[in-house]
Amino acid sequence: MAPLARRVIAAARALTTPLLPEDFVSVWRPLRSKRAPGARVVDVRRETADATTLLLRPGRSLPVHQPGQFVGLGVQVDGVWTWRSYSITSRPGDPLLAVTVTAVPGGLVSTRLAHHTTPGTLVRISEPAGDFLLPAATPEKLLFVTAGSGITPVMGMLRTLAARNPAALDGAVHVHSDRAADDVVFGPELRTLAARTGLRLVERHTATQGRLCPDALTDLVPDWTARHTWACGPADMLDDLTDHWDRVGDPGALHVERFRPPTWDDATGTGGRVTFAASGVTADAGEGEPLMAAGEAAGALLPAGCRMGICHTCVGPLRSGAVRDLLTGDTHDTAGQPVRTCVSAPLGGVTIDL
Amino acid sequence: MRTTTGVADAHLTEEQIDALGAELDAIRASVVDNLGEADAHYIRTVVRVQRGLEAGGRTLLLFSRVPAAWVAGTAALSVAKILENMELGHNILHGQWDWMRDPDIHSTTWEWDHASPSEMWKRSHNYEHHTFTNVRGKDRDLGYAIMRVTPEQPWHPAYLLQPIYNIGLSAFFEWAIAIYDIEFDRVQAGTKTWDEAKAEMKTIWRKARKQLAKDYLLFPLLSGRGAVSTLTANATANLVRNMWSHAVIFCGHFPDGVETFDEARLENESRGQWYIRQLLGSANLTGGPLFHIMTGNLSHQIEHHLFPDVPSNRYREIAPQVQDVCRRYGLPYSAGPLPKQYGTVLRRLARLAFPGGHKRYGGSPAPVRKLRPRTGVRLPAVARRAA
Repeated sequence: MAPLARRVIAAARALTTPLLPEDFVSVWRPLRSKRAPGARVVDVRRETADATTLLLRPGRSLPVHQPGQFVGLGVQVDGVWTWRSYSITSRPGDPLLAVTVTAVPGGLVSTRLAHHTTPGTLVRISEPAGDFLLPAATPEKLLFVTAGSGITPVMGMLRTLAARNPAALDGAVHVHSDRAADDVVFGPELRTLAARTGLRLVERHTATQGRLCPDALTDLVPDWTARHTWACGPADMLDDLTDHWDRVGDPGALHVERFRPPTWDDATGTGGRVTFAASGVTADAGEGEPLMAAGEAAGALLPAGCRMGICHTCVGPLRSGAVRDLLTGDTHDTAGQPVRTCVSAPLGGVTIDL
Repeated sequence: MRTTTGVADAHLTEEQIDALGAELDAIRASVVDNLGEADAHYIRTVVRVQRGLEAGGRTLLLFSRVPAAWVAGTAALSVAKILENMELGHNILHGQWDWMRDPDIHSTTWEWDHASPSEMWKRSHNYEHHTFTNVRGKDRDLGYAIMRVTPEQPWHPAYLLQPIYNIGLSAFFEWAIAIYDIEFDRVQAGTKTWDEAKAEMKTIWRKARKQLAKDYLLFPLLSGRGAVSTLTANATANLVRNMWSHAVIFCGHFPDGVETFDEARLENESRGQWYIRQLLGSANLTGGPLFHIMTGNLSHQIEHHLFPDVPSNRYREIAPQVQDVCRRYGLPYSAGPLPKQYGTVLRRLARLAFPGGHKRYGGSPAPVRKLRPRTGVRLPAVARRAA
């Protein structure tokens, strides 16, 4: 930044102290906030009966993302800022950021975003994150296995490859499962893209053909062991695929993205009192309830990202006590050990430096 | 067995006190359970109005040589500073709005337009004052370590001057609070080290010098030839804010009809007893909606002390319910208009400047209505169910 601009900002700060100039600006221009970056929904596209694409124009600069990553969307539900992560379906460098939201039955945020969002709506956005990515050098033989809304991160990859490196899609295989042809999100676009690039698209309609099991997949794609595979969909499907690759394939060649954390099994955590040392909040976590969920319910403002153990935004050092990592089942009880609050449940009383 | 030591609640049995606690818990739950969009809208509106008034007032004062601009700018800035300290700062720092999970309006991120850094103030206020409310020797807010506000405090000749220095305290209230938060009385008593106090003074100075520079150097300089009139305008706005908040805050715990407690009261204090202490130790101010907002809803000091982290815009609706609980349990609910309440505060400061005062200010107010003693007590309907 130019020295003059820096000086102007410093002067403005001295005039608005103890607030920042942006605290004043953001009252009238909420999207300009640095502390809580926002975006305006400029267009809403209905994809299927329950999936909707939102095109967002961020108030500040467009966040930089890689295909396959997700972004957090914050909306106020009954006055409470509530966050969910959605895969980005636009390409890096596109003028607008696109996410495609599928309404989950009973899902407060997804239903509102998918069915009750109009152009002009303001949302808050977080930094893109996630490690479900294509490597810098695209592997020669690609396989994508998706189901339902699991298409979204892969759509971001396919669109980017089609624009930048269409040759990589020639000979690639994409197996996608959904209830029926009409339920396939991006169905027409996928079919056109396949015809244009030489991507082999295999649609499986589960209403008539049943669920895709690993054996059926290997029948469909006989050379699957020679391919690098990206998979996203329901937890059951990903568990089956992971098992299969572990048993007879190369586990390193399978990349999976889970939308929702695996359901916590019963004997995961005993619950207990959680003290957030930095914010001074104490909360009682129920059995198997993550530190973050308990803390937020008690009003603590905690770092949060994907809320499913992926992005590590929420990590804080343990000061005392023990927690169980609900994803891995590991117990952490060393003081100073960083733990992910979104997927760690207390085993008795816990203090964490957050 | 009776476990309370006060007078105004001496007629209540342990069961009745528990039932009262349950009733107040229920009132709290009824509010907390239905906080929503309307509340979020309210606080965002106050933020918007406050920032607008501040920006508008400061802009007008760039032309403070024009008398009309001086008057309008000073008025807008005074109101902005009052809103900022009271309805916003005080209440946000209590965590009343933390439930929104909005980093812009949260007790851990908010910094207020006040000499005292919010971190320091939160400790002395949220913890010490709100936990030990009106317990002599524990709640330093009782007289702020420089005033004799109860006859039980031993007299000292310096108190002869308290009606005078109360005026100074009122004019420089924000600075008095900042200095008070350093707890020089504790340094003197040896329970706090000089090094700690010095470190805190440095922290305060780091913030306070920016506050001073903004009001008394930068904005005056920006006003060019109107520098002096802008400086007087800013000083006036600070003075108005200080005197107003001093009056409102002194009316919260020092008017007639408010009870103070012996340290023994804290022993094994139940939740119900804690509630009663907060009730008896606080007094409300009566007035219209705008008046309540301008006091930061500290006009509902009783409701605020019962439920310090319930959003302030809700105190008005629960006040009648709290009043009803007091009526049914025969407890006083102290309230009056500001001039009357402040009058009793000033009279008390004048009387207690001199030794004695036990006859007039000693003990505690008598219960409003005597309930019959333990055996055969008819509990109020709700209390019966809870018991």
